[in-house]
Amino acid sequence: MSLILIVSIVIALAVIGYVLGVQRAVSSADGDQRILHSLKGYYGQNVALTVLVPSLLVLAIWAIAQPLLIDQSVSGLLNLEDSRAQSLAMADVRRVAEGLDTAIAQGALTSDAAANMDAETTDVRDLLGDIGVAVGSDVTPETLNAAQRYRGLSNTGSWARGFVVLAIALAGFAFALSRITKDFRARNIVERGVLVLLIAAASVAVLTTIGIVLSLIFNTINFLQAYPAADFFFGTRWEPSFSGRGGSSELGFLPLIWGTMFISIISLIVAVPLGLFSAIYLSEYASPRVRSIAKPMLEILAGIPTIVYGLFALLTVGPLLVSAFGQGGFFGVDWMSGGTAAMTAGLVMGIMLIPFVSSLSDDIINAVPQAMRDGSYGLGATQSETIRQVIIPAALPGIVGAILLAASRAIGETMIVVLGAGAAASLSLNPFEAMTTVTAKIVSQLTGDGEFNSPETMVAFALGMTLFVITLCLNVFALYIVRKYREQYD
Amino acid sequence: MTDLSSTEPKAHRSLKVADARTKKRNAAEKRFRAYGIVAIAIGGLFLLALTYNILKAGLPAFTQYVVELEVTLTQDEFDAAESQMLKTAAYTDIFIGNFEANLAERGVAVPYDADAIERLLGKVGGDIRSYYRENLDDIGQPVTFQLQTSSRVEGYFKGRVNRDTIVDSRFLMGSDLDIVDALRDSGVLTSRFNWDFITGKDSGVDNPGGAGIGASAIGSLFMMLVVLFLSLPIGVAASIYLEEFAPKNRLTDLVEVNISNLAAVPSIVFGILGLSVFIQFAHLPQSAPLVGGLVLTLMTLPTIIISTRASLKSVPPSIRDAALGIGASKMQSVFHHVLPLAMPGILTGTIIGLAQALGETAPLLLIGMVGFVAREYPDGVVSGFMDPNSAMPAQIYTWAARADVGFYEKAWGGIIVLLIFLLLMNALAIFLRKKFERRW
Amino acid sequence: MTDYKISAKGVQVYYGDTHAIKDVDVDIEDKTVTAFIGPSGCGKSTFLRTLNRMNDTIDICRVQGDIRIDGEDIYDSAVDPVQLRAKVGMVFQKPNPFPKSIYDNVAYGPKIHGLARNKAELDEIVESSLRKAALWTEAKDRLNAPGTGLSGGQQQRLCIARAIATAPEVLLMDEPCSALDPIATAQVEELIDELRQSFSVVIVTHSMQQAARVSQKTAFFHLGNLVEYGETDKIFTNPEDPRTESYISGRIG
Repeated sequence: MSLILIVSIVIALAVIGYVLGVQRAVSSADGDQRILHSLKGYYGQNVALTVLVPSLLVLAIWAIAQPLLIDQSVSGLLNLEDSRAQSLAMADVRRVAEGLDTAIAQGALTSDAAANMDAETTDVRDLLGDIGVAVGSDVTPETLNAAQRYRGLSNTGSWARGFVVLAIALAGFAFALSRITKDFRARNIVERGVLVLLIAAASVAVLTTIGIVLSLIFNTINFLQAYPAADFFFGTRWEPSFSGRGGSSELGFLPLIWGTMFISIISLIVAVPLGLFSAIYLSEYASPRVRSIAKPMLEILAGIPTIVYGLFALLTVGPLLVSAFGQGGFFGVDWMSGGTAAMTAGLVMGIMLIPFVSSLSDDIINAVPQAMRDGSYGLGATQSETIRQVIIPAALPGIVGAILLAASRAIGETMIVVLGAGAAASLSLNPFEAMTTVTAKIVSQLTGDGEFNSPETMVAFALGMTLFVITLCLNVFALYIVRKYREQYD
Repeated sequence: MTDLSSTEPKAHRSLKVADARTKKRNAAEKRFRAYGIVAIAIGGLFLLALTYNILKAGLPAFTQYVVELEVTLTQDEFDAAESQMLKTAAYTDIFIGNFEANLAERGVAVPYDADAIERLLGKVGGDIRSYYRENLDDIGQPVTFQLQTSSRVEGYFKGRVNRDTIVDSRFLMGSDLDIVDALRDSGVLTSRFNWDFITGKDSGVDNPGGAGIGASAIGSLFMMLVVLFLSLPIGVAASIYLEEFAPKNRLTDLVEVNISNLAAVPSIVFGILGLSVFIQFAHLPQSAPLVGGLVLTLMTLPTIIISTRASLKSVPPSIRDAALGIGASKMQSVFHHVLPLAMPGILTGTIIGLAQALGETAPLLLIGMVGFVAREYPDGVVSGFMDPNSAMPAQIYTWAARADVGFYEKAWGGIIVLLIFLLLMNALAIFLRKKFERRW
Repeated sequence: MTDYKISAKGVQVYYGDTHAIKDVDVDIEDKTVTAFIGPSGCGKSTFLRTLNRMNDTIDICRVQGDIRIDGEDIYDSAVDPVQLRAKVGMVFQKPNPFPKSIYDNVAYGPKIHGLARNKAELDEIVESSLRKAALWTEAKDRLNAPGTGLSGGQQQRLCIARAIATAPEVLLMDEPCSALDPIATAQVEELIDELRQSFSVVIVTHSMQQAARVSQKTAFFHLGNLVEYGETDKIFTNPEDPRTESYISGRIG
């Protein structure tokens, strides 16, 4: 039974339940709505919620649990020791099973023919290829057998799923309707139900974090089982090879984090002074008119998608820098050989970060009490002396927080470095040389053609893990400082 | 009480005469102020340079160059061509015949051969044949063909190639440019607005001329639908709970810290989450806008929660008290009074969140929504959500990463389309804010 | 006229469209404590702030008329407000020490005005200012502690020390005791009396008792007008204007 069908039946049941609930409530009060405990709509809502919530919850759990259980049962058939080979084989099994279903749906096979197929006599791979399902290797009898088992279990599972979910929905329907009397406290029950839904929504954010942490941890552990941790964390060479399986690849983390830090620092060298001076000018000097133009203008910089900055770096800033610092360039130095370089990405990222520094710093400078300024002016200080010696020191914790947030942004920025920084991992000190970063390598390792379970691909999760940990520490620390700062002047 | 002579006022001095030190301090003041102006000016200049650059590099993507030719194919000619072995070659001959007549009519004399035609216009024979096979009724009628010139010829018009830099290749010869100029002067070759770019799909790596952003824009649309219908209700529900009902305790604190941190997590980490949870674990289809939408929902949710909570907070407590005072339940006071009043702010925040999601690229690449997937339009709503597609920013990235420089123009053009969408969304947000702005 | 430290003639102050000070004439003597009294919103603080051009920092504020210090028009375009404020120091209603150490708070003014040639001189200025502000004994062991960690009364004395460290000739005090408890108030009042020996002090206060205790001259402001100005004793015992009398006897305010 298809998912859409189940969901539509449940929703239909809920709608009917609502109508019946309202009717039953009104008739229980002999048509006099005033003597009902709650407004009549609440009785209907109660029925609808009782139908929807438990059944859809079970459906969701089932949707997650069924593939796991089937995988476990089917992979027993394959009898493979190695967990990596196991999951590769499972991917094939799944694809064959889905391919057979597609073939039946397209009419290329009858369901009997699909069920009785023999891998010895039929070239299953060709057959599936004809209908557009690509299978990586030839289909062995074991795989086909497992695929048939997979299909059988999936089929049974989906029927059982439909039956159970509808049964729960119907039970809820009957139970909720039977409870309706004129004194039934429908509003209280509905409100409690709604509160639970609100809590569930609030927990999505927490679940997201848990999801991120778990997916990173498990995949990172998988990677570290296939590749020595010490070589990853302390390796100075990044040379993945996709031809061989592991072994020949050098997956050292250091050149990537070096590139990340190098580019981030360049971008902060651009963004911090520009952002800070913009914030100071906007909050201390600018007339309301100038402010009303300049502030949105800087905020536009924050609203431009990073792909635009990336393209600008690759196609405009890079060539411009080469014509200045490259061979035969404007300055007559030969420092830069290609447009993609740490400097290219760093400069453009710096511009992107200006609004991140300026708008938070602006808020923070505005939070410094006017009394501080008055005190300083009253002593005969000029405005710039007041800013440099009183306001900035007073706002320093908040400004540091803003800079740390910008740094975390820089470290996690992807598109600008993917397009602007180059692909070669190097431990160079020359900012005009191509470098690569953690984020750029996550993209290239996960969008390449490598086998999903090879260390060359899995390394992306370890990179993601380190990226997540670094930015999380920066964020937690920065947000803590900013919060403490705000409390001080509240 | 103490010795006062130590800081006795200095000798009397006029206030109107600035001393050396004051002059220095005032100069420092001017410099400092100038730094601020320079900083803002750099931001402004960059914005101008970026806009200029985008328009200059991107606008040509909206122009295409076509050769207009009226052809009348008789039934006899059609039958004759269909009966030959090399059918498209036969049609090419028919085309060249018509072409020659047309040029003679306009009095254009320029030497060319069939190879030159193929370099300029591609395989015209095939195009014409497929047109007539699909429109058999048009046989015998005059039909005006608009044949798109190859990307090399476009490059000549758009300044990527000129007579000095041209290198003869199988794609374009120096001598072809004479033909092109002659055709343009005679009005056979004209430029027109490139609807194909707006409605088209991604093309092969060696055909930048045929690439369009339409299919990936549809991918973006389906993703945005997912984001809107998930993040708005979940975001509002979560905000209502946290702002109105949540007890103030360690757990709530933790949730709040978690949300503000989540808003600062790099977007690519959400891509990893999507890859491992939705694709590896839940076996949802790769490259599907549904998965892209789910990932972007999780990414946008913290932003929407933060802005929604700010809107809820701006509704004064007196409104809640008034509702509670006449016997409404807490839940009723929130849903009947607070939420409607906060709605304009919530919508504004949601639109801005959606605009952010629309421009996001990195997580989409990880779940396989790269540009070259956008080869076909979906054939229905379910297919729109489930079938592999790309999204505008990912399509732009794919073009930018290709070797043929003709794609760069497409990438810039794609950026113009993307920015127009973003501008419209932000304008809507500003409009809503202005129209419903309320001061308490 | 040059006998007076400050002389103001026909001073008008506008806040946007509001006429805050209406045609005020006042002459303030050197080495005297002059008190400005009056009900809230009468313009006494506004007038005080015109004397060192603190109102310049408020965009919508306009000042007309003639204010002279030592015979020089302080609103002359050649006058640098920075130099003016070094000469006319100010202490504010709420203690506003900078978020720096006690030492740095006091040394701030001398540093920006270049009053000390070296560290020893600066130390000396800080010490003598703190002594004059009667804070030295309490603060000498914690000069590097943050100024914001002091009690309210100590903070206000720190602000006074900070103001006198720049060696001003006039000291403006805008309700300096309104945020302080009675004991701290008494200490500050005592201090004001001491300061009279070196500066001319102008103090705005809403407390008539305080005006009577510390000042020699008193000016009564009402609705932006200077109603009466004269010897403190006379104002409090035998006011000429009926409005002054009603205020002093507690009928308006």
